[in-house]
Amino acid sequence: MSDSGSAQAGGALAQPPPEMGGAWIRRQELGQRLLGRTFLYLALAVLTIVLVAPLVWMVSASFKPEGFVFEYPPRLIAEQIQWWNYVDAWNQFPFWRSLLNTMTIVIGVEAGRLLSASLTAYVFARLRFPGRNALFLLVLSTMMIPYHVVLIPQYLLFRNLGWLDSFRPLIVPHFFGGGAFFIFLLRQFFMTIPRDYDDAARIDGAGTFAILWRIILPMSKPALATVAIFTFMAEWNDFLAPLIYLNSQEKYTLAIAIRQWQQVAVWGAGAYVPPTWNAIMAMATVLTIPPVVLFFFTQRYFIQGVVISGIKG
Amino acid sequence: MFWKRDLTLQARETLDAYIGLLPFLLGFVIFTAGPLIYSFYLSFTRYDILSAPRWSGFENYARMASGDETLWQSLRVTVIYTMVAVPVQVIVGYAMALLLNLKVKGLSFWRTAFYMPAVVPAMAVAYVFSWMLQSDVGLLNQSLRAIGLPGPKWFGDPNWVLAAFILMSAWAVGGTLLLYLSALQGVPTELYDASKVDGANAWRRFLNVTLPMTSPVIFFVFLTGMIGTFQVFTVAFVTTNGGPGEASLFYLLYLYRTGWEYLQMGYAAAMAWLLFVILLVITLLSLRISRTTVFYEGAQE
Repeated sequence: MSDSGSAQAGGALAQPPPEMGGAWIRRQELGQRLLGRTFLYLALAVLTIVLVAPLVWMVSASFKPEGFVFEYPPRLIAEQIQWWNYVDAWNQFPFWRSLLNTMTIVIGVEAGRLLSASLTAYVFARLRFPGRNALFLLVLSTMMIPYHVVLIPQYLLFRNLGWLDSFRPLIVPHFFGGGAFFIFLLRQFFMTIPRDYDDAARIDGAGTFAILWRIILPMSKPALATVAIFTFMAEWNDFLAPLIYLNSQEKYTLAIAIRQWQQVAVWGAGAYVPPTWNAIMAMATVLTIPPVVLFFFTQRYFIQGVVISGIKG
Repeated sequence: MFWKRDLTLQARETLDAYIGLLPFLLGFVIFTAGPLIYSFYLSFTRYDILSAPRWSGFENYARMASGDETLWQSLRVTVIYTMVAVPVQVIVGYAMALLLNLKVKGLSFWRTAFYMPAVVPAMAVAYVFSWMLQSDVGLLNQSLRAIGLPGPKWFGDPNWVLAAFILMSAWAVGGTLLLYLSALQGVPTELYDASKVDGANAWRRFLNVTLPMTSPVIFFVFLTGMIGTFQVFTVAFVTTNGGPGEASLFYLLYLYRTGWEYLQMGYAAAMAWLLFVILLVITLLSLRISRTTVFYEGAQE
């Protein structure tokens, strides 16, 4: 149908010799296709440039001398490459200390979430018990409750426990369930592991939780990696909770410390001055590198997260 | 354990299950249900943290309904932002995914490039954009000037500040890409073939096959997008802290101020509950609308 239609249109336009019609049409289609493809790749290239440019300029500015940060037209690489912008910046506040703090929190949350979410997920994936469906619904329903609704009472709770200005409010809750989304994701993955493995282990005398530890978890490395990566991203970027719970400078996470440093003038060149843009871009680059690098190397786990959780409907 | 030996197999499994669920159940009571109830109670009190909460009835809610112009401003800001940023996320993200679904070469390269802004920490996004959108010397405005356009003052202008925030969220639109791509790749090719046989052109095929088959994911992106934009905090806190004036006072920013700067925990709890109710209503409403507009394969009865 559509072939004869375009043949008529083509004929009306250019009137090719009848015996050449087929080849002519094919060439015309090929030409259209080529044109379409060119536009497609052009569009993709333009989009890529627009999306990547801010990051490129961030890195570029972080190596520029102060006076060249707003230079126009901008140069990608300034005449002088000031790598010491970075050193200058992290000498102005407890950079390494706060990096260590962030990593401590990340590791704590990872441990809590991986253990606790996989335990909970395992129970729902493998065990039969009265109340299972209702409890699983309860797990899913906690996804609906925004963190900010429970933020104030949690803050008051940790205040009463004397846990303010420590990492405990940021870590300990993750040992208790590990978050509905991650429970769900791990459960979906565990259910794909054939029960034959469990049965074989049970015959060898393994108990319920030994099966989780010795059979299920070793076979679930991709799913656990997905959880670990998502967790890293979330904790590395976390801002509101550390802002509320950590008050003293030696406890700050990297994001909070950078924010504090950027806000408060520092002693430099014989006077108190706010940090310069090249220094701020240096710290923004430092914040950006770990998640972006991690994303580069672990993309397949991101994709897997989407596939396992099966958010298709 | 020896005492387990006396139990039936089913009883033992049940026992194991509840032992395994203990951390979750404790966490649910201590960190979710308890706080939820307690914050509901707090919303009916005056509480400055320093002295015990005092019951004040509906005072907080009355203040919300009538007396608090700032609350309405923060809602207005948040709703306007949501109403522009979410459709951009949904539509532009979908368009990108459609482009990448045209059997392009080097898919993983493009996908990486498009998705990357979404993994950049909010703080870094905030700094980069407040630098690029400087009103006089920023890269964007200098470029606009070079082609003869006057650049707005962005973060410095109450009328433009939300546009700057929308720009930032649009930049990270690729975050929806993986979901969309996996949905597009999940559309069975038989459907396209069948529709080709029926003589449908590319546009018809898109309307009749692609769109309905991927509508659950579009809906999911829409819903999670709404929930996300209602909870903007970090970028706003770092760039404008609500200014100029109250032009970018996002809801959570005001909630944070109320609770942790003005020490009005009772009122902040009431605000948190209002947020909860708003999100709940949005979710339920969308689910209701989705029943007639979203196509769930295999869900027809």
